[in-house]
Amino acid sequence: MKDLSVDNLTTIKDLSKSDIELIFNTADNFKKILNQSIKKVPSLRDITIANLFFENSTRTKLSFELAEKRLSADIINFSSSNSSLKKGETLLDTVKNILAMKVDMIVLRHSSPGASIFLSRNIDAKIINAGDGSHEHPTQALLDSFSIRQNFSDFKSLNVLIIGDIIHSRVALSNIFCLQKLGAKVGVCGPSTLMPKSLKSLNVEYFKDLKSALSWCDVANILRIQLERQNLKYFPSLREYSSRFGVTKKVLDEIKNKVILMHPGPINRGVEISSDVADSKQSIILDQVENGVAIRMAVLYLLAKKIKK
Amino acid sequence: MKRKILNEKKINIILERLSNEILENHFETKNSVLLGIQPRGTELCKRLYQNLKKLNNNVKMGKLDISFYRDDFRRSDKLITPSNMDLNISLENKNVILVDDVLFTGRTVRSAFEALLSFGRPKKIELLVFVDRRFCRELPIQADYVGVEVDTLENEKVFVKFSQTDKSVYLTS
Repeated sequence: MKDLSVDNLTTIKDLSKSDIELIFNTADNFKKILNQSIKKVPSLRDITIANLFFENSTRTKLSFELAEKRLSADIINFSSSNSSLKKGETLLDTVKNILAMKVDMIVLRHSSPGASIFLSRNIDAKIINAGDGSHEHPTQALLDSFSIRQNFSDFKSLNVLIIGDIIHSRVALSNIFCLQKLGAKVGVCGPSTLMPKSLKSLNVEYFKDLKSALSWCDVANILRIQLERQNLKYFPSLREYSSRFGVTKKVLDEIKNKVILMHPGPINRGVEISSDVADSKQSIILDQVENGVAIRMAVLYLLAKKIKK
Repeated sequence: MKRKILNEKKINIILERLSNEILENHFETKNSVLLGIQPRGTELCKRLYQNLKKLNNNVKMGKLDISFYRDDFRRSDKLITPSNMDLNISLENKNVILVDDVLFTGRTVRSAFEALLSFGRPKKIELLVFVDRRFCRELPIQADYVGVEVDTLENEKVFVKFSQTDKSVYLTS
């Protein structure tokens, strides 16, 4: 089998279909490791990884940390709240200082779109994008598709719907790229103010109405309304949003097909998804979290292979 | 150059002998587990398992993948491709017989030790190999059950084939 075609994971766009399949196959094996009584493998014991989180995160950070620890890597953590950034240091300087401590890989979350691409052009270490502003979140897209793959044999003839704030969502963009590369059809649904202008060029179908969207799809990925990224009012009120686009038991009962529900978290119960639906058998939200560790282990493992001895 | 060093008839005789040797040491088989090292040890493991079944022995079987436990990650140019891990039993307090086709440097077996310890602490670990390449060891590891011993040069390779159409051992250089 061939190595990954990329040296860094900054965007899904750079990956080929066979790269994604290689990551999935490797993650399958790591998932088995995660079910052993001792869940640790020694593969990355000579690698040091810095987790640089310039933006808040719980799930992604914990998931990356756990994946790194399961692979026996040494890790250092950094969060912007108590850092020299407040003293005026640039991103590149911060990272160069950290690299001077002999770090091999960097997991970066930053609020500026393209931050990880910028770093990958300027420094030598392997970089994994853990979310850059409203641009991309490649590992989330990989784990979403990986979770879909566990429920369906093939991505061809599969319709996947993404509901909510598409314009601000890095998860949406990465998911669209990833699913299309794998051969699935992608549709989006939400208020037209939350749809990017580039929707046509992304080659996705737009649904104004939640019910018709849900009856079209096999899988629905429900996104959180990211109020922290919205400095304008995009819709009148949360209540109105949830009455039109919130996924509830009532809407699901009205459609004929059975839809698998996903959510990248954190969930706002009662806003984009109702509590009973989030906890129902249709939802694979917690599977996604479990798969997240395996996918991140696979990405770290495959990129670490490319570090020169 | 490819040379056949064992044919099907001899291989079957050796398999019978190995099965009997296992039976001798594992007469009480409640706690015995045959563990084939992926990918090349599992076919041999399956044959031994079938033989032992015929001899009314209730040994258990599993497949162990050692890819993530190897010590040459990043040192070899090729990507190490993991195989299936199939081990649904705890190895705690079991008598484990590790099975592989060829014993060469001993590094695969070392990785296998580390991998199988993730499934519990066995009471005892033994090693069975079909071909023992003598004088090639890089680690102090020896097999308890040996099919055949061969003396080889370092650049030579030994292939064990257990397929339906071709059951033989080849030496290539």
